Amino acid sequence: MDAIILQILNGLDKGSAYALIALGLTLIFGTLGVVNFAHGALFMIGAFCAVTLQRLLNLSFETIDPDKTDFLGQPLKVKTPYVESWFGPDVGATIIDWSVPLAILFAIPIMLVIGFVMERGLIKHFYKRPHADQILVTFGLAIVLQEIIKANFGANPIQTPAPELLSGVATLMDGVVYPVWRIVYFCFAALIIGGVFAFLQFTTFGMVVRAGMADRETVGLLGIDIDRRFTIMFGLAAAVAGLAGVMYGPINAPNYHMGMDFLVLSFVVVVVGGMGSLPGAVLAGFVLGILESFASTTWATTTIPGINQIIIYLVAIIILLTRPRGLMGRAGVMED
Amino acid sequence: MSKTNLTRRGVLKSGVGVGAGVALPTIFTASSASAFTNEPTGGSVTLGFNVPQTGPYADEGADELRAYELAVEHLNGGGDGGMMGTFSSKALDGTGILGKKVEYVTGDTQTKSDAARASAKSMIEKDGAIMITGGSSSGVAIAVQGLCQEAGVIFMAGLTHSNDTTGKDKKANGFRHFFNGYMSGAALAPVLKELYGDDRKAYHLTADYTWGWTQQESIAAATEALGWETVENVLTPLAATDFSSYIAPVLNSGADVLVLNHYGGNMVNSLTNAVQFGLRNKQVNGKNFEIVVPLFSRLMARGAGENIKGIVGSTNWHWSLQDEGSKAFVKSFGTKYGFPPSQAAHTCYVQTLLYADAVQRAGSFNPCAVVEALEGYEFDGLGNGPTLYRAEDHQCFKDVLVVKGKENPTSEFDLLEVVQITPRAQVEYAPDHPMFAGGALGSCNPGA
Amino acid sequence: MFGLDKKDTTLLLVVALLTLLAPFILNPFPTDSGLAQFNAGYPDLMQRFVIFGIFAIGFNILFGLTGYLSFGHAAFLGVGSYSAVWMFKLLSMNIIPAIVLSVVIAGLFALVIGYVSLRRSGIYFSILTLAFAQMSFALAYSVLTPITNGETGLQLTLEDPRILGTSATADGSIPVTNLFGLEMRSATDLVIGPWSFTFSAGYYVCAIVMLVAFYLAIRIFRSPFGMMLRAIKSNQNRLNYTGLNSRPYTLAAFVISGMYAGLAGGLMASMDPLAGAERMQWTASGEVVLMTILGGAGTLIGPVLGAGMIKYFENIFSKINDNVLHGWFAWMPDGIEDLTVAIIHPFIGKGWHLTLGILFMLVVIFLPGGLVEGGQRIMRLFSRKKATKDDKSKAKQPAE
Repeated sequence: MDAIILQILNGLDKGSAYALIALGLTLIFGTLGVVNFAHGALFMIGAFCAVTLQRLLNLSFETIDPDKTDFLGQPLKVKTPYVESWFGPDVGATIIDWSVPLAILFAIPIMLVIGFVMERGLIKHFYKRPHADQILVTFGLAIVLQEIIKANFGANPIQTPAPELLSGVATLMDGVVYPVWRIVYFCFAALIIGGVFAFLQFTTFGMVVRAGMADRETVGLLGIDIDRRFTIMFGLAAAVAGLAGVMYGPINAPNYHMGMDFLVLSFVVVVVGGMGSLPGAVLAGFVLGILESFASTTWATTTIPGINQIIIYLVAIIILLTRPRGLMGRAGVMED
Repeated sequence: MSKTNLTRRGVLKSGVGVGAGVALPTIFTASSASAFTNEPTGGSVTLGFNVPQTGPYADEGADELRAYELAVEHLNGGGDGGMMGTFSSKALDGTGILGKKVEYVTGDTQTKSDAARASAKSMIEKDGAIMITGGSSSGVAIAVQGLCQEAGVIFMAGLTHSNDTTGKDKKANGFRHFFNGYMSGAALAPVLKELYGDDRKAYHLTADYTWGWTQQESIAAATEALGWETVENVLTPLAATDFSSYIAPVLNSGADVLVLNHYGGNMVNSLTNAVQFGLRNKQVNGKNFEIVVPLFSRLMARGAGENIKGIVGSTNWHWSLQDEGSKAFVKSFGTKYGFPPSQAAHTCYVQTLLYADAVQRAGSFNPCAVVEALEGYEFDGLGNGPTLYRAEDHQCFKDVLVVKGKENPTSEFDLLEVVQITPRAQVEYAPDHPMFAGGALGSCNPGA
Repeated sequence: MFGLDKKDTTLLLVVALLTLLAPFILNPFPTDSGLAQFNAGYPDLMQRFVIFGIFAIGFNILFGLTGYLSFGHAAFLGVGSYSAVWMFKLLSMNIIPAIVLSVVIAGLFALVIGYVSLRRSGIYFSILTLAFAQMSFALAYSVLTPITNGETGLQLTLEDPRILGTSATADGSIPVTNLFGLEMRSATDLVIGPWSFTFSAGYYVCAIVMLVAFYLAIRIFRSPFGMMLRAIKSNQNRLNYTGLNSRPYTLAAFVISGMYAGLAGGLMASMDPLAGAERMQWTASGEVVLMTILGGAGTLIGPVLGAGMIKYFENIFSKINDNVLHGWFAWMPDGIEDLTVAIIHPFIGKGWHLTLGILFMLVVIFLPGGLVEGGQRIMRLFSRKKATKDDKSKAKQPAE
């Protein structure tokens, strides 16, 4: 029983990341009709926003400690971060400790700007082009982005630890302990997803966007500048992916190809949920996360060897063959 | 005007009709002009450094490349000579190899066997490389080793830890200085017993591919011989990034040790996840729960950050060793690049020196002469104590380091501390040991 | 000639000439000059050019004609390689049975996957093929290791029970692949002054196979069947309303292109008897998509150009290191030399992915029809008058 609860929690946690990425993907597809292969790269850049902030906070000056020696036998240079010398060691250390949550504030403007620039500078010119071209150009962009990150941060993972306070484990019930940060991640994801839905549902802006998704031409005829709103939605989708990346850092250390690792999966999630369906993306994210977790148990892998390797794709194939519009896709939309 | 000529790459004169249906002399075999593939004719000799420059092991590849460049500099008489000064053989004199200046070409293995072979082939076919070395995974090492055997050049393996490289996939033209899974197990077991007792229940998480399996087999065998019990061995997909669903079952499995047979990004993630789930602070069966990572690398340890503290594993070499060879190497590497070398860099540097030395002693670049010079060769002063290149399987036998993540690192490089230097005698095994059985060296192939 | 019209015959002859003279064309620089770095005329790379050319030609029959974008074609190439290596291990080192088997097995595999995947179209079809290919890759890497040898890749060993032939040669090595005795890796060098050209038997075998494959592709493009496939691309619904069932046509195209992939895989294993699982990874499938689109989807020659370009980058650019750069720019004053090297450094050696990524983006943004369109634009610049040759561009319309 405990094991089942744990796997459900794991599934929800994986699902949070899938859902957040898929949400942005499907938002972009639904509004702009663009298949964005660079979305995984946005997730990765978000995580590297946290790395960058951590680096910035750790900017240090060097003092020489004559008592100790470095690996060459020369006097050791001791590094003291500027924040520690400005705010005192205690406050400074706390600021550094909280760098990941702080990175949320740091990442939002950056991701919005990246989103706007991407849409205005590149994606805009691809609305009328075939999906294949969109895939190719965004795939090229994804490669370029990840290579730039690699050139600056190296290929090895870089740890962005959670604050001390949030890094232990919590006992949820007897026999079920779970890492605090993963619980935080799930809550955070729920918050973001709720926020996006509320934004689309309860604001005038959101209403216009939804109308635009349903019938872009008519909305345009009503004299509404739908393009500008869609640009903002692209920025929003980028920010959602970026935040998902920032918060994911403490779970798994960011590296330059984490975006590619999630890219294929998140596409599968979008398709299973139904292209262009926001609730579908979220639902499919959680469902696939949970299925993946259960497929990883010893019980599953001994019953069907290798099931943990292929479960996601198997589900995608079954869904596409039996219910091509996906779990929650509207009938008739992208269904053939 | 045009004349058909015989060149270093060997070849034939008479007309070649494509599809002529006759056995033709080949690039790799038969040639009247040169005695072996890519015989160096001018005043220089070309070595091929085939390392991962893209993909997840790019950082290790970059460090390997630094070591190679340093080795070439030393061979040509530049720098401070590094380990050439401490090497027990004094055949090398800083005038290149056999008086020929050492040049090199580099390539990208992408950590894919196809790409690695393509890159190695271009070095052999286009650049005339006489020896190929490098790599940061066993799949690539075995693929390139097979190629070098066919092509008739020497392969000096870089970082490859699978038993198979010098086990069932061993080749006469291939040599490995790095240690292997069996040695990790044999070196770790006594230390684990000392630290954690002989009554432990181990849970293995194993990367689901050849290296992971051989490593798991080795560690399980070594620990079970101590009296440990292997509770469970779970295979994890290579592509896995989040290991939570594999870690969670460990909590209530009754196991009190977790063995992570992972490397690279897998290792960083599974260790991070294990620590997240509070395994380090757990008490099971009245004992502290422990995590073991059998193959450690400092570069990866850095990726795992704080999580590495107190975790025990094994490694081929570490820069904090205090023997003369290691000190000399760390000094010249550190002076040139500003940070200490990794174990990958060390093994690559040593392999280059060993190759050069073997050629020098054999007095010929002929692969068969080199093989003869390296087989059964005893040497010292290259950082691992007295070492033997065993003739039966071309595996180096030397001391193995058992290391532990340092609790209070003084710098970003000071992550591991040496717990014990396991003597060579303890990690030796018979060439026909079941874990290494099958496969044969074959005979050396000079390509001519 | 060969049942082709004049224009296609010319195209075929030009391609034939280019492939047969490739050892000269690809080695334009003297061996000892600094620019020899850019020479691509060595057997392995030339073989890869034509093998991936075959792969891309086959992919183009599906994608270029029907518009179905498969993201799983590498699986067929992988299956083909595995079949060929098994043939070498069990039957004979002759490449003919190996290639035949790889084409057949890849065709059967494509039939199964195609039958299922073609029930959907558009992006759903892409995801289905991607899912199948990823499953094949994941299983080949782990569970199917007894058949595929997993991470290490399937290789020949000295103990292979070869029915027709020996397990090992007299001198204790593994026998080499051959075509009735003609060893695939045999080669001859021709030295003219400072130039050196290598003629490899393996390359010419591949080249002839590619020419046959290319010829078949032309015939398919020009046949009523090809016309039907194009009709599917331009409007499948309308076609269905006329009472035609389009699925047998798409399935046939899918299987044919799968067989082309299998042929490429079999040839690859024949040149170098090794089959690795990463040949089936989705990135490998993505690579052939990139080749086709980069060269010009739906055109005859485009995919071959695209394949050549990508393989050139992978093999030539990745080998340029700082040392080589310093060699080239040694004539500059020291400071400027270092600066130049520092500027170029991120784009070569370990940065070749970056260069490739930038190149894709540029091509897709500015040349939607790929390299072929680029070529046509340049041609048009030079000969405005010949712009009437519209019929040529009909065959070379960009992908949709």
